[in-house]
Amino acid sequence: MNTPSSFQTDALIAEDIDAYLHAHQHKSLLRFITCGSVDDGKSTLIGRLLYDSKMIFEDQLAALESDSIKHGTQGEEIDFALLVDGLAAEREQGITIDVAYRFFTTEKRKFIVADTPGHEQYTRNMVTGASTADLAVILVDARKGVLQQTRRHSWLVHLIGIRHVVLAVNKMDLVGYDQATFDAIVADYRAFAEGIGITDFTAIPISGFKGDNITALSANTPWYAGPALIEHLESVDVDNAAEQAQPFRMPVQWVNRPNLDFRGFAGLIASGTVRVGDPVRIVPSGKTSTVKSITTFDGELDEAVAGQSVTISLADEVDCSRGDVIAAAGDPPQASDQFCATFVWMDEEALKPGRGYWLKLGTQTVTATIQPPKYEIDVNSREHLAARTLGLNSIGVAEFATDRPITFEPYETNRQLGGFILIDKYTNATVAAGMIAFSLRRAENVHWQPVSITREDHAGMKNQTPRVLWFTGLSGSGKSTIANEVEKQLFVMNRHTFLLDGDNVRHGLNRDLGFTEADRIENIRRVGEVAKLMADAGLIVLTAFISPFRAERQMVRDMLPEGEFVEIFVDTPLEVAEGRDVKGLYKKAREGKLKNFTGIDSPYEPPENPEIRVNTVDMTPEEAARYIIDRILPLK
Amino acid sequence: MRNLTHLERLEAESIHIFREVVAEAENPVMLYSVGKDSSVMLHLARKAFYPAPPPFPMLHVASGWDFQDLLVHRDRTVREYGLKLIIAQNEDAEAQGINPFDTGSALYSQAQLTDPLKRALTAHGFDAAFGGGRRDEEKARAKERIFSFRTAAHRWDPKNQRPELWNLYNAKKAKGESIRVFPLSNWTELDIWQYIALENIDIVPLYFAKPRPTVERDGMILVVDDERFRLEAGEEPVTRSVRFRTLGCYPLTGATVSEATEMSHFIQEMLLATSSERQGRAIDKGQSASMEDKKQEGYF
Repeated sequence: MNTPSSFQTDALIAEDIDAYLHAHQHKSLLRFITCGSVDDGKSTLIGRLLYDSKMIFEDQLAALESDSIKHGTQGEEIDFALLVDGLAAEREQGITIDVAYRFFTTEKRKFIVADTPGHEQYTRNMVTGASTADLAVILVDARKGVLQQTRRHSWLVHLIGIRHVVLAVNKMDLVGYDQATFDAIVADYRAFAEGIGITDFTAIPISGFKGDNITALSANTPWYAGPALIEHLESVDVDNAAEQAQPFRMPVQWVNRPNLDFRGFAGLIASGTVRVGDPVRIVPSGKTSTVKSITTFDGELDEAVAGQSVTISLADEVDCSRGDVIAAAGDPPQASDQFCATFVWMDEEALKPGRGYWLKLGTQTVTATIQPPKYEIDVNSREHLAARTLGLNSIGVAEFATDRPITFEPYETNRQLGGFILIDKYTNATVAAGMIAFSLRRAENVHWQPVSITREDHAGMKNQTPRVLWFTGLSGSGKSTIANEVEKQLFVMNRHTFLLDGDNVRHGLNRDLGFTEADRIENIRRVGEVAKLMADAGLIVLTAFISPFRAERQMVRDMLPEGEFVEIFVDTPLEVAEGRDVKGLYKKAREGKLKNFTGIDSPYEPPENPEIRVNTVDMTPEEAARYIIDRILPLK
Repeated sequence: MRNLTHLERLEAESIHIFREVVAEAENPVMLYSVGKDSSVMLHLARKAFYPAPPPFPMLHVASGWDFQDLLVHRDRTVREYGLKLIIAQNEDAEAQGINPFDTGSALYSQAQLTDPLKRALTAHGFDAAFGGGRRDEEKARAKERIFSFRTAAHRWDPKNQRPELWNLYNAKKAKGESIRVFPLSNWTELDIWQYIALENIDIVPLYFAKPRPTVERDGMILVVDDERFRLEAGEEPVTRSVRFRTLGCYPLTGATVSEATEMSHFIQEMLLATSSERQGRAIDKGQSASMEDKKQEGYF
C-alpha cells in the first residue's frame, strides 16, 4: 500500500515533540459529510481515513478483527465499516441509522466527518449532518454510476448551501481502474450537477477498500493527475475570508452583568469583523451605540472576527438582551414577522398549518404559524407538487408568520441567521429545519399605527379590567348556556361585555372554514384575534368554542397580556354530553354522517391547568355562572 | 482577515454551548470528575462567563475509591476559583458490601457512580448537566447529540434523539425531564492535551509520571493508593515510575509505565501509543456494546 505522506508524522513526534505540537496548534478545521447510496462504501472510506491517520489504536484494531469475523462482509479482510457503525441495534442490522461524527487529523487540518446514511427515509439525518458541513463527499459506486440517490443527495447538499463538492468514484478496483468508466461517470454527473446549480466539483477515482488515491496518488490510476482525496481536503478553502468580509452580526446569547460596573453582551460572532469604536445597531429595536470594549478571559481585544465567542460592551446604556442582534450600524440585517422559507419536515406527525410552533433562529425563540405549503418538492425529480401539509422527510416551501418580528438574513447569505428549527410546543420535539428565502414585502410595509387612546384608556373609561373568558369543553357540555348566564349576570353588574359564540361566528366571520384539523385551528386563531381586539377596546369577552387543542388555546393565551386570558373548562364527561345531545349531533356522528366530531372521531385535549373548572353534572348553569363570577371579580 | 485555528474554533463552539444552556435552562450543574476533560471543561466555563464566575455549581460523583491526589486537586481548584461544589456519594456502600475488589464491574459502577449521580440530579432538581464526554471516546458516543435528552428516570433513548442542525440547540423539555450537555463533543483526546498545554491548564499530578507503589494484576498495573487496597497472597507492592492517561476508581484504573514528567513528553507517548484511552478502565470491558447499555441506564 502507498505510504500516506500527510500522515507521516511519527518521526517528528519521536524526534521533536515540541516542534510537532507547535505545528499542530496552527491547524485549521474542516467539517465535511459523506453521502452516497447504501452500498457505496461510505463507512469503509471513513474507516480507511481513520486507519490511515492512526486514529485507530491496537486494542480497537484487535476488536475490529474479531468483529470482522463475526459481523463482517469482507471475508477474511478487515471490515473498516464495523469501525464506524456504532449502536448495538444497527450493528445487528448492518446499517447506520443516524448521523455519526468522526474525527481525524493530518499535519495541516483537523477533520470532523458527519457520516450520514443513504437510505431513502433518512433525508432528515442527511440534512442534519450537512447543516454544519463545509464540504460534501458524494460517493458513487464505479460499477453502478450515478443513481437516483446520488442525485437526491447532491440536490440536498446544494439546498443546504454546501459550496464544495467532491465526487468520489469508489470501488475503482472492481472496474479494473478503467479510465473510460471514470470519465463516463464524471460526464454523467456534470450534466446533472449543472442542471441543479452545482457549478463546480472535484472528481476523484478511489478505492476505500484498497486505499487508492486516498492519502496519496495510486500507481493503479496513472491516468489520474490528482489530487488524492486527503490532499484535496487539506487544501480546500474554508471560507474564513468570505465570512469575515460580510457585515458584522452577533446574536446576543446572554447578558453578562457580574457587578454594577460591567454590562456585556455575550455571543458568537455570526459574520463580519468588529473593532472597538465601531458604530453598531441593535436589531430589531434600531437603537445605536458604539463598541466600548471586547472582553475575553484572555484579555481585552481590539478586534474580533466571525467564529469567535466574545463579550461586547457598548458605550451607551441601550436596551439589549438575548435574542437581539448587534450589527454593523450602517448595514443591519432585516427584521420581519413574515417570510418565505424552504423547510424539511422531520417528525412522524405531519405539519399542521395554522398551528403555533416554537421557531428558534439564532438566539431568538418566537411562535410561528405556517401557511399551507405553496408546494412540496419531490426530492428525486425536484418537481413542485401540490401539498396541504408536509410529512416526515418531505421538503416544501411556505409562508411563515411570527408573533413578533425576528431578525434574519436570507440563508444563502448567512447560515447562522437564515437557518431555523421548529419545535412542537407539546412534545418539545424538533419537528422541522428551515432556511429563509426572503422576507415578504407586506410585512415590511404593514406598520403598527400608533394610537393616542390606549387600551388602558378604553378600559379606564369603562371602569373595568378587560378579560377574555375562554370556555372550552365538548359539544353539548354547556359552554354556550353557561357563558350566556355569566354575561347576563355581568350585564346586571354594569360590566361591558360581549359573547362570541362558536355557532354564530361560523355563520359569518368563519363561514369559509370546515371542520378539518387545519380549519379548526384557523377558526380559533381568528376568534382569538377578534377577542384580542375587543379586549383592547376594554371589553370583557366571553367565548364559547369547543377549541379542542391545547396548542390553539395556548396561542390565544400568548396573544394577550399576562393574566387577561381566563381558561374555563366546562368539564362534562362524554357520556353526559352525548346523553344530552341537544342538537342531535352525537347521534349523527355515531352513525358516521358527521366527520371529525370532537370526542367521537376527533380528539379533545382537556386543559391541564385551567384557571376555572366547572362541573356541570353537580351544578345548574346558574350555579356554574355564579361560581365563575366569584372567581373573576372584582374586574376593576 | 484572520484564520481561526481548530482549537480556536472548538473553544468558541464550547463557549457558545455553555452560554446557550445558561440562557435556557433553569438550574444547570457541571459534572466535575476532576480529570483532564473536566479540567478543560471548567476552563472553558470560566472563559464563557468571564468576568462573571460560572453561574452553576460543580457536582463530583465520588466513588469512595478516588485517588487521594485527585481529591486534593479538586478541593484546591474549588477554593482557588471560588466554585460551589456538591459531592454525591453512595454512603451505604460499606453496609451493602460493595467494593471494587469483590463487586462485579456492572453492579459496582451502578451502585457507586450511576445511582448516586441520578439521586443527586433529582435531589437538587438540576434540569441540565454538563458532562465531559467526547464523541471520539467510544463508538456509542459518536452518535450522541451535544444536547442529549433524558427522561424523568434519567434514561437515554438512542432511537429518540432530537436532530441538531447548525448551532441551534432545542433545550425545551417537560417538567422532571433533563438534558445532558456535552460541550466537548467535537474534541479529540489530542485536542484536549494540546489545549491543556497551550492554555497551561492545571491538571491532577497523576497524569505526570512519578514513582508510585504498584502491583500488576490481570495485565494492568494498579497503584496502591491507600491502605484499603487488598493485596492478594504473595503480592508485594513494587515502586514503578507510572502515570495515568485516564482516571477512575484507583483499584480499577490501570497505570502506564512512563518517565514522562512534562506535558510534551506524555503527549509524545500518547501519540506513539498503541492502545486507546479507555483500555485503562476495567469498567468499560465486557461486550463491546456495554458502554451504550450503561448510557441508557444513565451513566455519563
